Amino acid sequence: MSHDTPSLPTSALRPPAADAELLPKLVAYLRQMRTDLREEWARRITGEQLLRVMTEEEIFSEVTAVYDNYVDALETGSVETLQAYARDLSERIIRRGVETHEVLGIVVLLRDVLARSLFLRYQEDPELLERVLNSYEPAANRIAVTVGVSFVEERERVIREQQAAIRELSTPVLQVRDQLVILPIIGAIDSRRARQLTEHLLNAIQANRARVVVIDITGVASIDMTVANHLVQTVTAARLMGASAIITGLSSEIAQTLVDLGVDLTMMQTVGDLQGGLEEAERLLGYKVMRDDAPSVTATA
Amino acid sequence: MSVPILKHGDYLIASIQTALSDQEVLGLRDDLAERVGRTRARGIVVDVTALDVIDSFAARALGAIAATAKLRGAKTVLVGIQPDVAMAMVQFQLDLAPLKTALDLEEGLAVLQGSGGEAGGDGR
Repeated sequence: MSHDTPSLPTSALRPPAADAELLPKLVAYLRQMRTDLREEWARRITGEQLLRVMTEEEIFSEVTAVYDNYVDALETGSVETLQAYARDLSERIIRRGVETHEVLGIVVLLRDVLARSLFLRYQEDPELLERVLNSYEPAANRIAVTVGVSFVEERERVIREQQAAIRELSTPVLQVRDQLVILPIIGAIDSRRARQLTEHLLNAIQANRARVVVIDITGVASIDMTVANHLVQTVTAARLMGASAIITGLSSEIAQTLVDLGVDLTMMQTVGDLQGGLEEAERLLGYKVMRDDAPSVTATA
Repeated sequence: MSVPILKHGDYLIASIQTALSDQEVLGLRDDLAERVGRTRARGIVVDVTALDVIDSFAARALGAIAATAKLRGAKTVLVGIQPDVAMAMVQFQLDLAPLKTALDLEEGLAVLQGSGGEAGGDGR
C-alpha cells in the first residue's frame, strides 16, 4: 500500500515502509532488555503519578505482563492476545477508579521508553535507526490504539451494565394485598423506560393475579406528551389483562401540564396521593380496613 | 376448525386454542349468538390465553360477539390476554370497547357472577 503513496520532499515524513527482517531483531533486543526497560517504565509511571490507586508491586506485576504481551504483539503482528489481556486488565482497574487519561498515559509512556531505548541502541547508524523506527512505529501505534480502545470499550460495557442494573432496580412492582399491586415510579421516564415499566407491570399482573394496580408518580418530576401517552397505554394494557389502574401522586405542575397539553385522560382514574389510591383500591376489591379500638402500638422511649 | 363451546352452569365458555382465520372468527360469533339463545346463558367467557396475536379484525369480531350477546341478554368477558398481546394491542390502538376483560377463566367467571367488588378491566 505504501508503495503507491507519492513520496514527500523529506524522507522523514514518508509513510513508514514495512521492514519484515528488522522486526525479529527488534523483538529480540526488547526481550533482552526486558528487565531494565520494564523497570524504567514502572519508574516513569510512578514518576508521572499515574495509577495512584495501585501499589508499586501491583504496578510492577501488571507492567511485566503488559510488556511481554506488547513485545509478543510486536513480534506476531496479532493484537488479539494483547486485546484480551487489555480487556481483562481494564475490567480489574476500572472498578478501582482508574481513569482513561491514566491508561492512555501509560501506553504512550511505554512507547516512549521503548523508542528511546531503540534510539540509543541504533543512534550510531542513522539509516538503520530510521528503518528500525519505520518498523516499530506503526506496530506500536496499533498496539497503543488497541489498548486504549479496549479500555474504553470495557468502560462502556461497565456503564451499560450499570444502566441496566439501575433500570432493573428502578421499576419494582410490589404486591401490597391479595390482587393489589403498586408500581412506584421514580425519576425521569423516557419511551424506553415507559415500555419497560409496562412490560414489568403486565407480567406482575399475571404473576400476582392482580385486579387493581396503583401507579404512583410522586417521584416523577416532569412529564411530556409522549410520556403521558405511554401512561395512558400502560393503563389500557392493564385493563386488557383484567386489572383496573389508579394513578396517584400527580403534582400540581404535572396536572397543569397534562391539561395544557390536552392529553385525553378521561379513562384514567386518578387519586391525589398514594394513601388515597390504596384506599380506593381496597374499596374496589371489597376490603374494609377497620381500626381496633384498643391500639396496641405504644411509643417506647 | 371451529372453536368448541362448553356450557358451565349459566355460562358458556369458548376457549380459542389456535390462531383463527377471519372465517373461523365469524363462525365463532354466529355459534355463540345461536348458543346463547338456545341455552339461555347469562354470560360468555372467551378465553384467548393461547393466542399470541390479536389483530384488528379479531378485535372487532370479539367486540361484535359481545354486542350481539348483550342484545340476547348475556354479558361477555374476554380472558387470558397475554402481556405481549396487551402491549401490542395498545400500540396499535385496538379497541375492545364493549368487552369486559379479566385475567383468566377463573376471574372471568367471578366477574360474571358479580363477586369480589367492582375491580376489573372493561376493555376500553
